[in-house]
Amino acid sequence: MGFLSALLQRWRGSAATGDPRLLPEAQLTGPMPWVIAIMIAMTVVAAASGLALRNAASTASADLEGGVTVQIVTAAPAERLRQSAGVLKALRAAPEVAEARQVAQEELNNLVEPWLGTRPGDDVEALPIPALIDVRLKGAATPSRLAALRAIIVPEAPSARVDAQAGWLAPVFAAIGAMQWMAGGLIALLAFATISAVLLASRNALGNHRETIEIVHMLGGTDRQIARVFQRSMAFDAAAGGLAGLLLGIVTIVALSRQFAGLGSGMVAGAVLRWPDWIVIAAIPLAGVGLAVLTARLTVLAALRRML
Amino acid sequence: MSQPDAEIVQFDNVGLRYGTGKEILADISFTLYPGRFYFLTGASGAGKTSLLKLLYLSQRPSRGLIRLFGTDAITLPRERLPGFRRRIGVVFQDFRLVSHLSAFDNVALPLRVAGVSEKDITRPVSEMLDWVGLGDRQHARPATLSGGEQQRVAIARAVIARPDMLVADEPTGNVDPDMALKLLRLFESLNRLGTTVVVATHDVHLIRKVPESLIMRLDKGRLSDPTGALRYPPRRPAATGAAAPPPL
Repeated sequence: MGFLSALLQRWRGSAATGDPRLLPEAQLTGPMPWVIAIMIAMTVVAAASGLALRNAASTASADLEGGVTVQIVTAAPAERLRQSAGVLKALRAAPEVAEARQVAQEELNNLVEPWLGTRPGDDVEALPIPALIDVRLKGAATPSRLAALRAIIVPEAPSARVDAQAGWLAPVFAAIGAMQWMAGGLIALLAFATISAVLLASRNALGNHRETIEIVHMLGGTDRQIARVFQRSMAFDAAAGGLAGLLLGIVTIVALSRQFAGLGSGMVAGAVLRWPDWIVIAAIPLAGVGLAVLTARLTVLAALRRML
Repeated sequence: MSQPDAEIVQFDNVGLRYGTGKEILADISFTLYPGRFYFLTGASGAGKTSLLKLLYLSQRPSRGLIRLFGTDAITLPRERLPGFRRRIGVVFQDFRLVSHLSAFDNVALPLRVAGVSEKDITRPVSEMLDWVGLGDRQHARPATLSGGEQQRVAIARAVIARPDMLVADEPTGNVDPDMALKLLRLFESLNRLGTTVVVATHDVHLIRKVPESLIMRLDKGRLSDPTGALRYPPRRPAATGAAAPPPL
């Protein structure tokens, strides 16, 4: 932080002009900027994770929102074929259906291949695999719409199963929701830890400068004047730490996103950060500075009130 | 000369104790009037510094009434203390200079605290430092100044804002006789401009150099005349001038 330190020293110097130079300005030698840098970096990573998970869930949910799968589970191939054709015709005639497509046998074979194998002698086509019809509704697959679909399908295929695709991923969405709450909880804990660190640092600084504070009080200095000095000092430390933490956090996010991109999974592909998310992430150091300054101010004012 | 009823300070049966110890000051009653020059004398440990602390609002009394500038200082809300303190210049016995500030910045501190702009600070502070013989030590930190130089910086800091009342605790203890006399003349100049001056000192010669001064003597935490006959100034000061100082 050599250059940063020098830059901040100049900034401090210009900011101090015209202010009562009541207390020595803290240098960037204390642990505070580093503590804040670590807190901000962890907050940035936690927030980015939470936002990416939200985006993944949102993308998957949007994809699956109007999706319905119809399974024709009749064992006899000819009957299955007949029922499939009937259901497909009925669905395409239904006004709330945007699209209905029978999943090709080749696609079905590919789906079951990992479990049933493709070695010589395997006869996948001999298995009574249900016929699948992929349906896209014009709106979300609500229970009432599913019931309406069933009413259309059952006359053509009495044993057909109709499932909303979003329902299959409900446990995944629940898990993502829980992870988002965890990220939020982690951010709250980090904020609490930052407040505690600032509180301790402020009390320590007050103890170190107690004699000067008493002199300034005797000369007619107000609590607010003294608190401003501590606030400004903390603002500089928090700004330096926040900037460093933001950079560290972004490097971590980029590295992690590259790792996850390599997985090539459909749901993970949706876990990207959009530009509003980057604005939120960029605002984290600012929030950190605000939190640190407010904590320092309240701590110092509370301590000064106990002095005459 | 101010009217007798326009007192600047009034102590009435004031007592001070630290914790549960015995009273450092007891039954202190006196009145200070604007524009007067007061000496506070007494042996070491008599309570002079404690009495001055009450005067410059660094300490609250354990009992009694203190009125300062016409206001009850005991019940004064804490947020109003800075305004009162800005009207009082203090020379501390141990100087209490701010170690990280230069002589210039130490002297400028009361003006900066009062919100005076930088352009209005430079000239008076430099002139004041010149006057106390430290024009060439403006940028020196307290640690590099001698005891006498530190004392002069402390005095310059106390008077720079032209306070209504100047309280000085042994202000000439560390300076040579010539400088002591010069500083005394500074106090007198301020006094002539209307500042009430209260100087705690052992120095009899110093007291005798200000014949118009009024003297309060502390003995073991009490003003030496509990009947009030020697209370300074007298309850009805003569219109022509102050009482002559008694033999010490």
